[in-house]
Amino acid sequence: MSSTPTGPRPGAPAPAAPSGPGAPGAAPLTRRVRAQAVFEMGTVLRNGEQLVITLVLPTLLLVVLARTGLVDLGTEDRISLVAPGVLALAVMSTAFTSQAIATGFDRRNGVLRLLATTPLGRGGLLAGKILGMACVQAVQMTVLVVVAVVLGWRPDVAGVPAALVVLVLGTSAFTALALLLAGTLRAEAVLAVANLVWVLLLAGGGVVLPADLLPGPMGSLATLLPSGALGEGLRTALTGGGLPLAPIVVLTVWTVAAGALVSRAFRWS
Amino acid sequence: MPVDSSPPDQPAVAVTALVKRYRGATAVDGLTLTAPTGQVTALLGPNGAGKTTTVECCEGLRRADGGTVRVLGLDPATDAKALRPRVGVMLQDGGLPTTVRAEEVLRHVSTMYARPRDPGELSERLGLGGFARTQVRRLSGGERQRLALATAVVGRPELVFLDEPSAGMDPQARLAVWDLVRELREDGTTIVLTTHQMAEAEALADHVAVVDHGTTVAAGTVAELVGSNASIRVRVTGHHEDRDLASALRTALAGTGTATDVDVSTCGAPDTLEVTGAVTPQVVHAVTGWAHEHDLLVRSLTTGRRTLEDVFLDLTGRSLR
Repeated sequence: MSSTPTGPRPGAPAPAAPSGPGAPGAAPLTRRVRAQAVFEMGTVLRNGEQLVITLVLPTLLLVVLARTGLVDLGTEDRISLVAPGVLALAVMSTAFTSQAIATGFDRRNGVLRLLATTPLGRGGLLAGKILGMACVQAVQMTVLVVVAVVLGWRPDVAGVPAALVVLVLGTSAFTALALLLAGTLRAEAVLAVANLVWVLLLAGGGVVLPADLLPGPMGSLATLLPSGALGEGLRTALTGGGLPLAPIVVLTVWTVAAGALVSRAFRWS
Repeated sequence: MPVDSSPPDQPAVAVTALVKRYRGATAVDGLTLTAPTGQVTALLGPNGAGKTTTVECCEGLRRADGGTVRVLGLDPATDAKALRPRVGVMLQDGGLPTTVRAEEVLRHVSTMYARPRDPGELSERLGLGGFARTQVRRLSGGERQRLALATAVVGRPELVFLDEPSAGMDPQARLAVWDLVRELREDGTTIVLTTHQMAEAEALADHVAVVDHGTTVAAGTVAELVGSNASIRVRVTGHHEDRDLASALRTALAGTGTATDVDVSTCGAPDTLEVTGAVTPQVVHAVTGWAHEHDLLVRSLTTGRRTLEDVFLDLTGRSLR
C-alpha cells in the first residue's frame, strides 16, 4: 500500500507556483477522498442488488425474527437478542460482500488502474472506498436502529461506546477480507465467493443468532470467526455485559492478519 | 520543489533500454523512445509489439525490469505523486466505472484536479452530449473511447498518454478525436499515443517510433522515416528471355545514363517491379521504353511516395495490420 501520508501536511499543500493559466494541479487530498467516498456511496445506494443485501434483507430479518416465533431463541426478550445480531449482519453485508463485489468489478474493468493515474492515487482510492462504505454503513445503522427501537428495543446505553469499538473493528476485519478477495480473484469468482460466504456465515457463523444456539463444536468455532466475534461483541455490549474482550481480540487478529495479506497479495489489475 | 526544475528543452518522455517481462516472457526488450515537449509522438506497431506495456511503465502503472524511464524529468515509479496531476491517461481498456452515467464519470474525475476544464464544455467539444445521461455499460465502443479521452484531458495535463485512442470508432468519431488531439497540441500539450494504424500516425504525429517485438526498429519524423525518395510501381505481362525481370530492368536502366541513381526490386509478385530512388520523368520514360523494347505490356504504372506501411514492411518483413 502507498506510503503517502493521509493527512494534509502543514505547509505542503501549496502547489508549485502556477506557471500560467493552464497550470495543472491536484485538488486537496480531503476533497479528492471525499469525492471518491460520495461516488462509491452513490453507486451502492443506486444499485438494486446492493440495496437488497445491505438494507432490505437485514431489515426483513429484524422484523421477522423479532415478531414471529419461526426460530426458537430460548428467550422471551427476542428483540434484545436479534437487534445487535442484525446490526452485525449489516456490517458484514456492506464491509464484506458489497465492498468485495464493487472492488472486484472495478479491478476487472480497469477502474482501479485509471483512478490510480489521477491525483486520487492508489492510497486515496482505497481511503475513498473505505470511507464510502463507512457512510453506507452509517445509513444502514440509522435505519436499523430506528426500526429496532420502534419494535421495542431498549439497548443498554452504557454499552454504546464498547459497541462502537466492536463495530469499527468488525468493519475493519471484514473490509480487509473483502479487499483480499477482490484483489486476488477474478470478478466472477469474487461475486460467487462473497455471496456464498455471506450466506454460510449467516447460517452458521454466529452473527445474527448467538453461537451457543449452534450445534456442538460449530458454536465454539463460530466465536473465533469474525462474524461470531462481531455478533457476540455487539450482543454483550448492548445487553449490559460490559466490555467484550474476547471478541475484540478475535476481531483485532483477523484485521491484522487479513490486512497484512492484502498489502502483500492485492493486485491492481 | 523538484517539479519545475526540468530544463525547457528536455524531452517530455525519455525511455532508454526499457525491459519488462511477464512471468518470464519478455514483452519489452530494450525499447528506446523520446517524445519531444509540445509535440505528438506515435508508437506505431502491430498488436503485441509492447506499446501498451511501454506507456504503462511511463504512467507509473507498471515497474520496469530494466532501463530508465523519465517523464517530465521525473521517475514515474518514485515520483508518481508529483506526476499524477500533470499527466493525463487514456487506458486501452477504458477503466470507466460501468454503473454510472457518462457525465457523472467525467464530473467525478474532474473533481480530482485543482483547475479542471469545464466538463460541460468538454462534453460538447467531444460530442458526448448525446449520451451524457446514459450508463457507461450501455455505451458503444466509440462512445466509451470518447468519454475515456475526455477524462484523460479534463485535468489540463501537460502530457497525455492515449493508448489506441480511436480504436472501435466510426470515421466521424475518429475525426473528432483527431481534431481534439490537434487542438491539444496547439495549446502546448505533449501527446504520446499508440496506434497500429498508419493513417493515424501519419495524420497526427510529429514523431513516430516504429515498434516491433518489444524494441524500437526505427524512429524519426514521418518524412525522415519514409524518406524523400519516391518510387515507381510497374506491372508488366509478356515473355522476357531473362526470368529475373528486376535485374534485367536494373541493367537496362544503368545503361541509359539518365537513371543511375535508382534501384529495382520485385514487389510481391514476379511481374511487379518497384523502382526506388531519384524518380524523374526520364526514369519513367526509360522504364516504359525498356518494356516496349522487350515487347512487354505495361498493365499498370504508379508513381508515388513510400508510406509508413512500406517502411514497416522493409524493417520487419511483416504487414502492419
